Amino acid sequence: MSASLVPWIILFAPLCAAALILLGGRFSKSLSASLALLAAITTCLLSWWLFFQPAPEKSLSFPWLSLGPDFTLSISMTIDHLSKVMLLIVTSISVLVFTYALGYMRAEEGYSRFFAGLSLFLFSMLGIVLADNFVMMFIFWELVGVSSYILIGHYYSKDSAADAGKQAFIVNRIGDFGFMLGILLFWLATGSVVFAEIFAKIPALQSAPVFLVVASVLVFMGTIGKSAQMPLHVWLPNSMEGPTPVSSLLHAATMVAAGVYLLARIFPILEVVPDAREIIAWVGGITCFAAALMATQQTDIKRVLAYSTISQLGYMVLGIGVAPTQEVAMFHLFTHACFKCLLFLAAGSVMIAMHHDVEMWNMGGLRKKLPVTMLCFVAGMLALSGCPFTSGYYSKDLIIEFAVEKIPFLGWLVAAAAGLTAFYIFREFFVVFFGKARSEHAEHAHEQPISMLLPMAVLSLFAIGAGWPIIQGQLFNLPHPHHVPDLLHPFLYVMFFGGAGLAAILYFKAEKDPISIPLFANRLYIDNVYFWFVDKIQGGGSALLSWADRWVVDLVVVQIPSKCVWACGFLLRFLQIGNIQAYAFFFGAGVIGLIYLLISK
Amino acid sequence: MISVSPLLFLILVPIIAAALVMAGANARTTSMLGSAVNVLFLFALLFLYDESAGSFQFLGSIPVLPQFGLNLTLGADGLSLVMLFLSTIVTFAAVCVARPPVDNPRWFYVCLLFISAGVIGAFASLDVLFLYMFHELALIPTFLLIGIWGSGDKQAAAWKATVYLATGSFILLFGIIGLYLIQPEAARSFDLRQILAHAEAGLIPDNPVVYLLLLFGFGILVSLFPFHTWAPQAYACAPAPASMLHAGVLKKFGLYGLIRLAVPLMPESIQQYAPLLLALLLGNILYVGYVTIAQRKLDLMLGYSSVMHMGYIFLGFAALTEISLTGASLMLLSHGLTIAALFALSGEIRERTGTLDFHELGGLARITPRLGLAFGFAAMASVGLPGFIGFAGELLVFFGSFGAGMPAMGLLNGQEVFGFNAYQLATIAAVWGIVISAIYMLRAYRRVFMGPLAERWSRLPDLAGAPHASLVLLLAIMLVFGFFPQFLVNLVTPALILP
Repeated sequence: MSASLVPWIILFAPLCAAALILLGGRFSKSLSASLALLAAITTCLLSWWLFFQPAPEKSLSFPWLSLGPDFTLSISMTIDHLSKVMLLIVTSISVLVFTYALGYMRAEEGYSRFFAGLSLFLFSMLGIVLADNFVMMFIFWELVGVSSYILIGHYYSKDSAADAGKQAFIVNRIGDFGFMLGILLFWLATGSVVFAEIFAKIPALQSAPVFLVVASVLVFMGTIGKSAQMPLHVWLPNSMEGPTPVSSLLHAATMVAAGVYLLARIFPILEVVPDAREIIAWVGGITCFAAALMATQQTDIKRVLAYSTISQLGYMVLGIGVAPTQEVAMFHLFTHACFKCLLFLAAGSVMIAMHHDVEMWNMGGLRKKLPVTMLCFVAGMLALSGCPFTSGYYSKDLIIEFAVEKIPFLGWLVAAAAGLTAFYIFREFFVVFFGKARSEHAEHAHEQPISMLLPMAVLSLFAIGAGWPIIQGQLFNLPHPHHVPDLLHPFLYVMFFGGAGLAAILYFKAEKDPISIPLFANRLYIDNVYFWFVDKIQGGGSALLSWADRWVVDLVVVQIPSKCVWACGFLLRFLQIGNIQAYAFFFGAGVIGLIYLLISK
Repeated sequence: MISVSPLLFLILVPIIAAALVMAGANARTTSMLGSAVNVLFLFALLFLYDESAGSFQFLGSIPVLPQFGLNLTLGADGLSLVMLFLSTIVTFAAVCVARPPVDNPRWFYVCLLFISAGVIGAFASLDVLFLYMFHELALIPTFLLIGIWGSGDKQAAAWKATVYLATGSFILLFGIIGLYLIQPEAARSFDLRQILAHAEAGLIPDNPVVYLLLLFGFGILVSLFPFHTWAPQAYACAPAPASMLHAGVLKKFGLYGLIRLAVPLMPESIQQYAPLLLALLLGNILYVGYVTIAQRKLDLMLGYSSVMHMGYIFLGFAALTEISLTGASLMLLSHGLTIAALFALSGEIRERTGTLDFHELGGLARITPRLGLAFGFAAMASVGLPGFIGFAGELLVFFGSFGAGMPAMGLLNGQEVFGFNAYQLATIAAVWGIVISAIYMLRAYRRVFMGPLAERWSRLPDLAGAPHASLVLLLAIMLVFGFFPQFLVNLVTPALILP
């Protein structure tokens, strides 16, 4: 087995599984699930094998579309440290979530369709990871968009799920609009879409700073859409309409991190465009803080986590903006993938026990009924909130340190967001697992089967330990900032214990929410602005145009000329002399006139 | 001197099938067999076509009026083979999907077969006058199909389409006469090969009047903004096979003609009038795109969407680069297949429910999963999802038109250049089209197939039999070429004659 062939097997195994499930899935549910899981395990094992291989000299390349040597778009793989690490993250978490889904989806409709969608997703995601050029990345970028659409809309008979899938796809397309333009700009300036070739030509372009900033920010628009950064973040909380394994794998651990991976991939470009990185840092930092605010007032068990994901993605994007290498953001991507995936799986376990009731205030007292789930949740929660010596502590603090060093205001803002993080996740924890059972379902909850608990247990170990220096050193080569203010670390401890403590005081035995901030509960009213825009501006505008098309364009183009023709006909009637020679004369005159007109030029 | 081209066989098969139908053979079976024979024959031609030799092959000529130099000359290069492939495949699908109407079922099939013969003739003709006449031959049965077997306000729709298309054809005729007259007097010809040889020798002046006649003549046939209002109404009223054949194949004739005639003969005029054409095609993409969003009925929405997509192909034509023209040619095929599949599916829905109104439909994927899956594939192909051939076409059009004209972006002789030319501005606006098309297509899918299923639709039959098989065939072709577009590029690109 050669290291140049293996990436192709890794990439296409899930696609084969998806196609086979589509063709034969209706015969057997378990066959579909086994195919999907088999493909995922294959990719995972091969990725681990590949990780320990030296990078191949030249990997196989398939010319997808070529118009000669000047314009060739190919499907070819890039195998470097970045993609190897990302492969490990994506495939390992996929295997765990696929296993979990066996149990979670056991009683659900569309079992085969679900696993076909998951396999299609895995294929698309691996394509993004392995892409060695912009066009290939865009191709798979769109494909993860469509697999996300399919999976969010899994319960398509439900209006809310159908709308959420549609919204996710359209909002992502808005990001793709910018991404496409960015690709076109880079292609025009360098004559290539291959990353390595563009990087080689960037030094020559440094005398064109405006161009570089515009092109980089346009590509970053792709990240804004896919990684749910402000102002295109609205789709991610709504995507929670999908089944929980989907929320866990796509909308927390891997797909939404693709935007960050894209930035890491083009980091050699961003490195020389400090203005673009500053824009990126601000977008990430503001998203991080605002999403944390919104998370504090949600009452849906999954939506809290969704806003948390947006907030954490904000940290990663900020990390790209402020840190000297992409490794810092990738490190947080890695730890976040472990603990956020875990939190969603635990939430899914709670939801199954609650018969798909997602309202936190209907739960309560679940710690005795779901002890394993609670322990796993605690592991994820501590990592997320940055409890010392858990994985999130290492990765998040590093980003905050760099941010404080580079853009102090932004740094302290996201340090405060860390406190909000601790507050909202401990709030969720106390409301769900403590207090009295507040509904029928909560009183009769049961723990889940082993196929669901096992992946959670494995992830719990990762959530705690993934950031420990011994693992860090294997995967990442992290830089450390030189001048960290002395106050920062004490401040972060205060934030963690303060946030957690405040949540404990307020929510430990709360029957209903003691605080109510409509601004946060209503997501800063951003969604309302969008609804208003789509309804009034886009809907009203297009209705107006449609009316104009019917009554104005048609009138100008058809009715008025037709009236003119009618009037001419009326006038010409006087020429109808009934004399054949006269007709022949007019005809001949017309033809001669026409020919004259044409030739005389 | 008579020589017979194998392409004549392609034209004659539907005519013979039509004669058999009139003579009393089973209409549906005969039509299906005839069109299937044509598909197989075309595959054989694709196999026999010598790519390395390029140029026009399978030549044959039958003198009609030798004293005027008028011959029925047939031949095909890569581009015409792709169009012929589209014609035969869509004809086959249209005949498979067609439901024999209650009154005059024979004439119904005869009309379909004559459209097929007309489009095949148009794409196989190397004589410009025959190219034109075959197109007219295909138009007449189209009007009949809309006016007689249509639904809704069918007479008004047929009448409007007739007025527009007749006007377009009329302008086009003048353009073709002009094309004849601007050739050197001693060697005037309607033969495409001869005309191209003249052009190569620099004997044909680049005449803007002739170009504008061709542009608007062909343009009206392709529903160029603002001459597009006939199209959605006509497609909505036409029976599904007629919409498939017209929107999928016949309409492509105009763009095919522009690429065939205007690109090699009048490149300067194209560039001179590019700002005008860019403004009009943005009307197609943005204005019609937003009008599409406002539609509340599936058939009208699909009609408008097909008008919108023509804008991309015009963009590929206007930019006049190898990349953009290749993209435009790929989009001729991809849009033809996609819109044919979509009209077929909307016809299937109307067949079952009797309505295409978004307010009345909903949740159909639950009761007709195969229909829902096929529509989902076709909708994704229409929004240009990678994996389908439409993506390759759109991508090439974007790259080609963004790279057209001067100045180049970025760095020029060490100085920063940052400013967009007209082509680039048009491309930026056109890329926004990927958002617009996602909005209207997903909204339609959401309204028709997702959401709760109404009680009244709980007993609809699913897609089955010949319609199902033909739709799977269409989708499979889109996927195969989407994964391997190089096969098409190898055929099409050498056929483009660039300035």
